[in-house]
Amino acid sequence: MELVQMQKSLQDYTKSLFLDGVLDSQFLQLQQLQDESNPDFVSQVVTLFFQDSDRILNDLSLSLDQQVVDFKKVDPHVHQLKGSSSSIGAQRVKNACVVFRNFCEQQNVEGCHRCLQQVKKEYYLVKNRLETLFKLEQQIVASGGMIPAMELGF
Amino acid sequence: MDKGFSPVGLRVLVVDDDPTWLKILEKMLKKCSYEVTTCGLAREALRLLRERKDGYDIVISDVNMPDMDGFKLLEHVGLELDLPVIMMSVDGETKRVMKGVQHGACDYLLKPIRMKELKIIWQHVLRKKLQEVRDIEGCYEGGADWFTRNDEAHLLGGGGEDVSFGRKRKEFDFEKKLLLQDESDPSSSSSKKARVVWSFELHQKFVNAVNQIGCDHKAGPKKILDLMNVPWLTRENVASHLQKYRLYLSRLEKGKELKCYSGGVKNMDLPPKGSEFSSVHQSPGKNSYAFSGGSSDPKQLASSSVSDPSSDVHMPPKAKKTRVEFDPPISSSCAFDSLLSWSDVPDPLESKPQILYGSSFLQQQPLPSQSPYVANSAPTLMEQEMKPSYETSVNADEFLMPQDKNSTVILQDLDLSAPSAISSINVTNDTESILRSLSWELPESHHSGFIDTDLDFSWLQNEHFLANTGLQNFQLQDYSCSPSLLSELPPHLWFGNEPDEYTLMVDHGLFIS
Repeated sequence: MELVQMQKSLQDYTKSLFLDGVLDSQFLQLQQLQDESNPDFVSQVVTLFFQDSDRILNDLSLSLDQQVVDFKKVDPHVHQLKGSSSSIGAQRVKNACVVFRNFCEQQNVEGCHRCLQQVKKEYYLVKNRLETLFKLEQQIVASGGMIPAMELGF
Repeated sequence: MDKGFSPVGLRVLVVDDDPTWLKILEKMLKKCSYEVTTCGLAREALRLLRERKDGYDIVISDVNMPDMDGFKLLEHVGLELDLPVIMMSVDGETKRVMKGVQHGACDYLLKPIRMKELKIIWQHVLRKKLQEVRDIEGCYEGGADWFTRNDEAHLLGGGGEDVSFGRKRKEFDFEKKLLLQDESDPSSSSSKKARVVWSFELHQKFVNAVNQIGCDHKAGPKKILDLMNVPWLTRENVASHLQKYRLYLSRLEKGKELKCYSGGVKNMDLPPKGSEFSSVHQSPGKNSYAFSGGSSDPKQLASSSVSDPSSDVHMPPKAKKTRVEFDPPISSSCAFDSLLSWSDVPDPLESKPQILYGSSFLQQQPLPSQSPYVANSAPTLMEQEMKPSYETSVNADEFLMPQDKNSTVILQDLDLSAPSAISSINVTNDTESILRSLSWELPESHHSGFIDTDLDFSWLQNEHFLANTGLQNFQLQDYSCSPSLLSELPPHLWFGNEPDEYTLMVDHGLFIS
C-alpha cells in the first residue's frame, strides 16, 4: 500500500474510534504529549494500561466469583479501572465502570456480573482497536513515513 | 498545548498507584518544565518527603491508593512538612472533594487532568509561601473560615472546567476591588459576613491600635480589636482588614521582587544588585530616579537630598496615576515591616516599626537601607512617570495615619529637609528571600498576553495594583503641614471589608481545576 494511502487509512481509522465513542479527547491529549524526546509515548502508556487493566480485571473476576461477594473489595477495583481507563481516554470502558459501581453500591451481584461482562467486552474492544492502530502506525513508520497529526473537527 | 507561564524547576512529587496515570502526569509535568519525581505508593512518598524535607515544592496525590488513604497522606504532608498538596481523582463526588478541602488540600483535580491545570500549580506554592509570611505564629485565625468556604464554592462549582472562572478573572480587577471595595463585583466570595465599611476614622483606629501593639507583640486581630474599642466591630472584621492591610504592604514589597513574573511591565535596567541603597530618591525637581546605584548608603543619599531642601517638598501639579505607582514599594515598606515582623525581628536596629516617620511625610529621612529591593522596584515602573519620593510617604500614610504622634515610634531623628529615603527593613526581606529562595527560573518569553489567559499576575504587580486605585484622583499638595491634610484623603482609598485578598485570589484562579 502506498504511504499516502496508509496515512489516510490511519487517519480514518483513528477518526472512527472517536466517532464510535471508543476513545475520547484524552487520547488526543496523549498524542499531543508525544514528541521527539518520546516518540513512543502513546504506545508505552497504552501498553501500561493494558497490563494494569488485565490485572484489575483478573482481580475483579476473582472477587465476584466468591461465594459471598465482598462489595467493599469489588468497588475499589472498579474504581481503579475507571481511573486508568480515563487516563487513555477509553471512554466506553470508563462508562461501563460507572454503571458497574452503581450495581456495587446496590450490592446487586447479578447486576455486577453483567457489568463485568460489559466492561470486559468494552475493554477488549478498545484493546483490539488500539492494537490495530499501532500496527498501522508501525507500517507507516517502517515505510519511511510520518504519522499524520490528528485533525479533529469535532 | 496551552500557552502559559510556569516557573522552571518547580519540584513536584506525584503520587499515584495507577502506573498509567503516573507516566502521563510525569510527562505532562515535565512539559511544564517542572522537576518531577514519581511515586506509586503513599508510604514511599512520605519516605521521600521526609528524607528530603526541602526537596519538594508541591505534592500531587491521588485520593485512592491501596496502602494509604490519600487523605491520610495529605494530613501527614500538611502537618509534618507544610507543603501544598493537590488531590486528584477520577471521582468528583462532592463529598470527596469536601473531604479533600477539609483535610487541607490546596486543590482537587478531576481526572483526566488537563495541562492547563498543571501549569498553574505553582501558584499554590507561591501562595503558601506568602501565607507563611503573613501568618505570624497563628495570630490570624480567622482566615480558615472563608478559605474553606471559598474553596468549597470553587471546587464544587468548578468541576473540571474553569470556564466561568476564567471569565470572572478577566473581568476582575483585583486591586480595584481591594481598594475600592466594589460590592457588586460578581466574583465576590460567597462570604455572608455583613460588610463593614472601613471609614477613615475606623481605619485610623485600626492603624493606631496596630501601632500601639508595636513590634514586640503579636499584632493579632483580637488585640487590635481590643485596642480599637469599637463595640460593634468583630474580631473577624479586624482580622479580615488586617489581612488585607498586610497583603497590601507585602504586595508592595513583593512587587519589586516579582517584577520578573510580570509580563506586562517592561523590565528596566535595574541598578546593580549589589546596591545596598534601598531607597528611591528623586532628585528634586527632576523627573527621574536618582538611583544611587552601586553601594550608596542612606547617608549619602540623605546628604545629597539635603542639598535641595526647597524643591523636594513641592509636588508637581500633575499628580498622575502613574506616579502613584511608585509609592507603595517605598513608603509602605515601613508599615509592612511593622505588621509582618511583630514577633520576630532579627535585627534590633531595624526592628523598630518604621511605619511612623512622623506624621508629616515631610519628615522624611534616610532610614538605614536594609534591603536593596525597595530601590529595585522602581525600575520596573520606570516607564511610568517618575515622581518625587515624598509622594511615597504620602501613600504610606494613607494607611498609617498616626494621629497621636506620641504613640508612634519614630525610627530616627527626622531630618526635615531630606526627602524621603525610606528603606525597607529586614522583615520585608522575608518575602523577598522567600521569593528568591524559590529560585525559579522564569522563562523570558512570558508576557501579559499569557497572563491574561492562564494566570493573573495583576496582584503581583505593583503597576496594576496601583493603576486602578483611586489614587490617580488624589491631588498631592504641599505636605509641609500636618497630617490633618492627609486625613482628607477620599474615603474610597481606604479598605473596605469584603472580599479580602484570599477571596480574590481564589477568584483569580488559584484553584483552577
